[in-house]
Amino acid sequence: MSANNGYYVPHQSIWPIVGSIGLFITMVGLANMLTGAWNATVLLIGAAILLFMLFGWFGAVIKESESGLYSQQVDRSFRWGMGWFIFSEIMFFAAFFGALFYARQFALPWMAGDAGRLATHEFLWPAFEYVWPSSGPGELGGEFQPMGWWALPTINTLILITSSITLTFSHEAMRHNQRQKHINWLALTIVLGLIFLGLQMYEYVYAYTELNLRLETGIYGSTFYMLTGFHGLHVAIGAIILAVILGRSLRGHFTAERHFGFEAAVWYWHFVDVVWLFLFICIYVL
Amino acid sequence: MAATTHDVHDGHGEHHHGPAKGLGRWLFTTNHKDIGTLYLLFSLLMFLIGGSMALIIRAELFQPGLQLVDPHFFNQMTTMHALIMVFGAVMPAFVGLANWMLPMMIGAPDMALPRMNNWSFWILPFAFTMLLSTLFMPGGGPASGWTLYPPLVLQTGDAFPFVILAIHLMGISSIMGAINVIATIFNMRAPGMTLMRMPLFVWTWLITAFLLIAVMPVFAGAVTMLLTDKYFATSFFNPAGGGDPVLFQHIFWFFGHPEVYIMILPAFGVVSQIIPTFARKPLFGYHSMVYATAAIAFLSFIVWGHHMFTVGMPLTAELFFMYATMLIAVPTGVKVFNWVATMWRGAMTFETPMLFSIAFVILFTIGGFSGLMLAIAPADFQYHDTYFVVAHFHYVLVPGAVFSIMAAVYYWLPKWTGHMYNERLSRIHFWLSVIGVNILFFPQHFLGLAGMPRRVPDYALQFTEWNMVSSIGAFIYGISQLLFVYIVIQTIRAGDKATDQVWEGARGLEWTVPSPAPYHTFDTPPKISATNAHG
Ligand SMILES: [Cu+2]
Repeated sequence: MSANNGYYVPHQSIWPIVGSIGLFITMVGLANMLTGAWNATVLLIGAAILLFMLFGWFGAVIKESESGLYSQQVDRSFRWGMGWFIFSEIMFFAAFFGALFYARQFALPWMAGDAGRLATHEFLWPAFEYVWPSSGPGELGGEFQPMGWWALPTINTLILITSSITLTFSHEAMRHNQRQKHINWLALTIVLGLIFLGLQMYEYVYAYTELNLRLETGIYGSTFYMLTGFHGLHVAIGAIILAVILGRSLRGHFTAERHFGFEAAVWYWHFVDVVWLFLFICIYVL
Repeated sequence: MAATTHDVHDGHGEHHHGPAKGLGRWLFTTNHKDIGTLYLLFSLLMFLIGGSMALIIRAELFQPGLQLVDPHFFNQMTTMHALIMVFGAVMPAFVGLANWMLPMMIGAPDMALPRMNNWSFWILPFAFTMLLSTLFMPGGGPASGWTLYPPLVLQTGDAFPFVILAIHLMGISSIMGAINVIATIFNMRAPGMTLMRMPLFVWTWLITAFLLIAVMPVFAGAVTMLLTDKYFATSFFNPAGGGDPVLFQHIFWFFGHPEVYIMILPAFGVVSQIIPTFARKPLFGYHSMVYATAAIAFLSFIVWGHHMFTVGMPLTAELFFMYATMLIAVPTGVKVFNWVATMWRGAMTFETPMLFSIAFVILFTIGGFSGLMLAIAPADFQYHDTYFVVAHFHYVLVPGAVFSIMAAVYYWLPKWTGHMYNERLSRIHFWLSVIGVNILFFPQHFLGLAGMPRRVPDYALQFTEWNMVSSIGAFIYGISQLLFVYIVIQTIRAGDKATDQVWEGARGLEWTVPSPAPYHTFDTPPKISATNAHG
């Protein structure tokens, strides 16, 4: 099967089964850590195998791509794949946003006797009044102060929005075949992503030490940390993807016309950015 | 059609590898037919394991009192039976059928993302090893029911994180599989295979794949919250911290209801392929079938509350979920009407795939009707968590989804193996199955209406007779599936040579390639016309 003629179907590949073994070891290691049976060794071995798989798998794909095996049709398959993968990620976040919404709109007001739910209130939680942020009628995690939206979160929002803009500049430069410009803007995007992550970590430390806002601080702490935590994880993944792309660009990969690897990273970064905007509004502002 | 067959042989030139040798073929394969076979065999294995668990359940319930197993183990059996049948048997069977048939039906050389296709499959054996291993852990496997409701599920022993992470693995596998299906259908169709020319099995799988990508991540989110509630002191489902166990039920069923359509829409597709073939008439109302499938998929997102009528939702929610659920009867009715209309005045013959398909139409409809009864909120207050519910969903899943899988295997087995199966034995398999399944599940309606609760190892004396009947049916049905295994093995090894078209009335691209289908088909896209596209 030659280039751009027919659909490239790779014959035999070891990477999926390596990935399965890596995933399995990672999961077994994690589960045994949670039950307290093992330390992190097995988990780390699994993660190392997964990392090895990612290098091998993406390495193979990049090699095939650079040797011109991929037709426009293969390119479109990657586009469909990436698009629907991002959709699945959106639905994952939706579950946690749903939890936040449900707690604020239903669970907490009902415990406080709203909407005719007087029995719950009177017999189970008579002293409870609805305020947000709330750690519930049991005030789990002790007294805390909520995270404000001004200052740090706003700065972080501006940083992420800026990073989306710089990434768009990088994309424009790529389209106009201005490689150095593309690389500069891309590097700046990664730096902004890393600054965001650094500030986010600082915010966590601040929340734990100064505000006593912890993961166990009732539903507020749960939703705050799980949403921002998973988002932070996605920023980290996005930054790693962009770094890989930067490495490829430095080696002269991609052309003005064909650069879906880069575009996929751009899609992912914008997705992470949009999730943050929802997060900023729902978690910090409202 | 000559052109197509010609192309296929052309595509078999020297630049092509046949299957690799030995175990490596199966471990490293990127071939959609190999992966389809792996999925189907894995699904059969899980079907037998999950079925054995069902037989343990029915053996215990043969008489009142505790005979064979202790209640905790009984609860593990109901939980594991469900998880294995849903995620290990039915879903992988349909993914296996999709792998085998979608590329051949749309004239594609393979699935769009062949390496990822391999990964989707090879995650599953690991996931189910992990899940099954929990039975041997301190405190036993999960015993909360497959719905994993907190706070009960949080009492699971050391098995808990293994169950949750096994579910994550299954989710990763399904999502990747679904992404592959969508990319294949949107991007790999042969020129001329327009969307509205696609065989219905392709259409139903396209919509199923969308449902999978939309809800599996939500399920992943829900079980992640369970995990952090148990090990990291979050309060998602803990009222003391401002959470709510009912929240879990909402998230779970937002996934759970589309999930049942994930298990039935491909079944609709299979039956819509088979009935026209043996009625020797094109499918009646092709367009309405497509729209009805899409309508069912859309409605599946807004009806989840019908699983929660007794949990204490506001009246408006009860009413909304009740009416929305009843609406589903409309597109489903369209489908049943179309199948019947396809058979109307057809030149029908009753080979085994057709027998299973007709049984599907009748028995699935019974399951649909009992579903309508359950959809009536005030009536559900009575039926909720009784054997009536068990009877309902087993009617849609066993003579529904499972029968359609059996039908599909008999229908396409000659194409896969090049051999005809033993028609006489397969008819015996059919009649034992259809009789067994009705003896098994029909009495459960009576038990439920009389008030027998589900998920109990012991019951009041007045429920004895129907439980005995049900258990006898279970063993008839269960043991007759061994006959199915025998027939499949026999067909793989020997049997009359199948023709390319296999069935006289068969239409569609898969019947234009040789039987058995060569390792690579449609390397050069076939020419599609309105007549050869679908049945
Ligand atoms: Cu439902």
